[in-house]
Amino acid sequence: MSENISYREALRMAIREAMLEDERVFLMGEDVGHYGGAYAVSMGLLKEFGAQRIIDTPLCESAFTGAGIGAALNGMRPIVEIMTANFSLLALDQIINNAASLLHMSGGQFNVPLVIRMASGGGKQLGAQHSHSFEGWFAHIPGLKILTPATVQDAYDMLHLALADPDPVLIFENALLYNSKGALETQKKALPIGKAFQHRSGKDLSIFTYGISLFKALEAAETLSAEGIDAEVIDLRSLRPLDDEAIMASVAKTHRVLIVDEGWRSGSISAEIMARINEQAFFELDAPMRRVCTEEVPLPYSQHLEQAAIPQSEKIVDMARTLME
Amino acid sequence: MYLDLNRGREFYKKMLLIRRFEERCVELYSHEKIRGFLHLYIGEEAIAVGIMQALGAEDAVLATYREHGHALARGISANKVMAELYGKAEGASRGRGGSMHIFDAKSRFYGGSAIVGANLPLAVGMALSDKMMQRKRVTVCFFGDGAVAEGEFHESINLTALWQLPVLFVCENNLYGMGTALTISHSETNLARKAAAYRVHSQQVDGMDVLKVAQAAEEAVQRIHSAGGPVFLECLSYRFRAHSMYDAELYREKAEVEEWKTKDPLVLLQKRLETMGLWEETNAQGLEDEVSQIVNEAVDFAEKGTLEPIEDLMKFVYTPKEKQ
Repeated sequence: MSENISYREALRMAIREAMLEDERVFLMGEDVGHYGGAYAVSMGLLKEFGAQRIIDTPLCESAFTGAGIGAALNGMRPIVEIMTANFSLLALDQIINNAASLLHMSGGQFNVPLVIRMASGGGKQLGAQHSHSFEGWFAHIPGLKILTPATVQDAYDMLHLALADPDPVLIFENALLYNSKGALETQKKALPIGKAFQHRSGKDLSIFTYGISLFKALEAAETLSAEGIDAEVIDLRSLRPLDDEAIMASVAKTHRVLIVDEGWRSGSISAEIMARINEQAFFELDAPMRRVCTEEVPLPYSQHLEQAAIPQSEKIVDMARTLME
Repeated sequence: MYLDLNRGREFYKKMLLIRRFEERCVELYSHEKIRGFLHLYIGEEAIAVGIMQALGAEDAVLATYREHGHALARGISANKVMAELYGKAEGASRGRGGSMHIFDAKSRFYGGSAIVGANLPLAVGMALSDKMMQRKRVTVCFFGDGAVAEGEFHESINLTALWQLPVLFVCENNLYGMGTALTISHSETNLARKAAAYRVHSQQVDGMDVLKVAQAAEEAVQRIHSAGGPVFLECLSYRFRAHSMYDAELYREKAEVEEWKTKDPLVLLQKRLETMGLWEETNAQGLEDEVSQIVNEAVDFAEKGTLEPIEDLMKFVYTPKEKQ
């Protein structure tokens, strides 16, 4: 069965299915119930499942994220929604000191099957406290899994994959993707966590990316194609674990690397990928690796400045040309 | 609470075990058998012992980084606790946690948290799930006076009151958050009043008197079972030893420490038993001998314990495939 639905609807469908299938699943966060979700993902779910399972919390990111951890420890399968990735910083203590560490600190006794979803990324003119991309930063933390669904299919699949996982999984939903539409197969077996997906095969260079930048990379690849440059585009899907195998296989094929990352470049996931290629596939490279990242500035409000700060397909095209010189 | 010989002996022995266990820990620390931070509970034994005796096996416990006493009082063997302090694979947390992170799934003991206040949100979630699944359980969360200044305390206590969750908050007010006195940390030093402001049933308890703590704990557990909502107990107490092994105790007067030592929970209980004419029958020396044997065995067990192979270093970061 294939449907053309929105990313938002795919998420809602997955949450709904999971709640129907498993009484241990519940959704908790700010404005997820009566408001319907800041990005309307959970619209209608309160009416269907009631306030016991669609829980509106006060503004207390640390406590409700920690409550999600406590519920997970006590046998539940909570989904915690954090309105915006920037707000997750208020819950960093719980995410890192508890969720990511409890299994290890307890010598393997207590795993934390928690799913945290949050809206991420710039481009909506929301300024420096609602627009940042911290997925690469969270990917630094052992004990966490970091997913970045770009497609409607992945929005749906990854929610199910995350709930089936015994350990804490953070899902970064780029807020500009909620309205995007795409095909959804609900009966297909999902590509597992930790597997990248090749969206476009090419022989001249590999573009590694994730989240909304996937579509910018695909657009860039079309432009490059008209110039006779054949770009391979790989959606990383998961930033922790990273699919080293898929990355190195593509490097061995194209010998040129361009990474597109909506995070800031210093200490970023793009830097990590470069380091891994350096360690594992250095002699495959025909040119220095390149990347397009967000400029190192807190994201500004003004549209022209914000757009200049975040990755764009034109920047990707320019960087690809440089790489091919 | 009615005190009889059995109860007197039980409480005395449990408190004595914590006391002697930790005194031995100090020796072992100076012999470098135990490293890292070692926070002693000596002086506060009445709280852990009084609270734990009110709990059932199905109830859950979340403790602080000063939790040897909580672990022992909850019934985790001295062997497992000592082996953990030795960093041995036979330790409660396989040597991954150490003094501050003792865990035990069997007794539903969820640590050992060394981020002050960070165990409170976990208690909210544990109690929330018990309520959702209609399980008649209590989650007990220990924390110090220092934690009450943390945002996580206020966020969590609000949620438990708002959602009427079965949490027993046990604030061990020992008057100092590390080396900073209560009076220079809190605008309101009656911490039970802060909890009451969230419409949580709250009271101050003499935390040096094991009978008073035990009675308050039993009433609290009953209240949680009947009324459903949380209870906050502020146990007024004092730590006789330094904050950790690195603390020169510049922030408090020796006279103050000595004054509190006159309220030693072991001495208090002894006096009560003496008044009742039960002290002789308590056979304190017999209990000393029993406790001494438990501690000796624990040291022996820890000494003989094994170190996890370095090849296993990366274990327990993620759940292994075979367990999924």
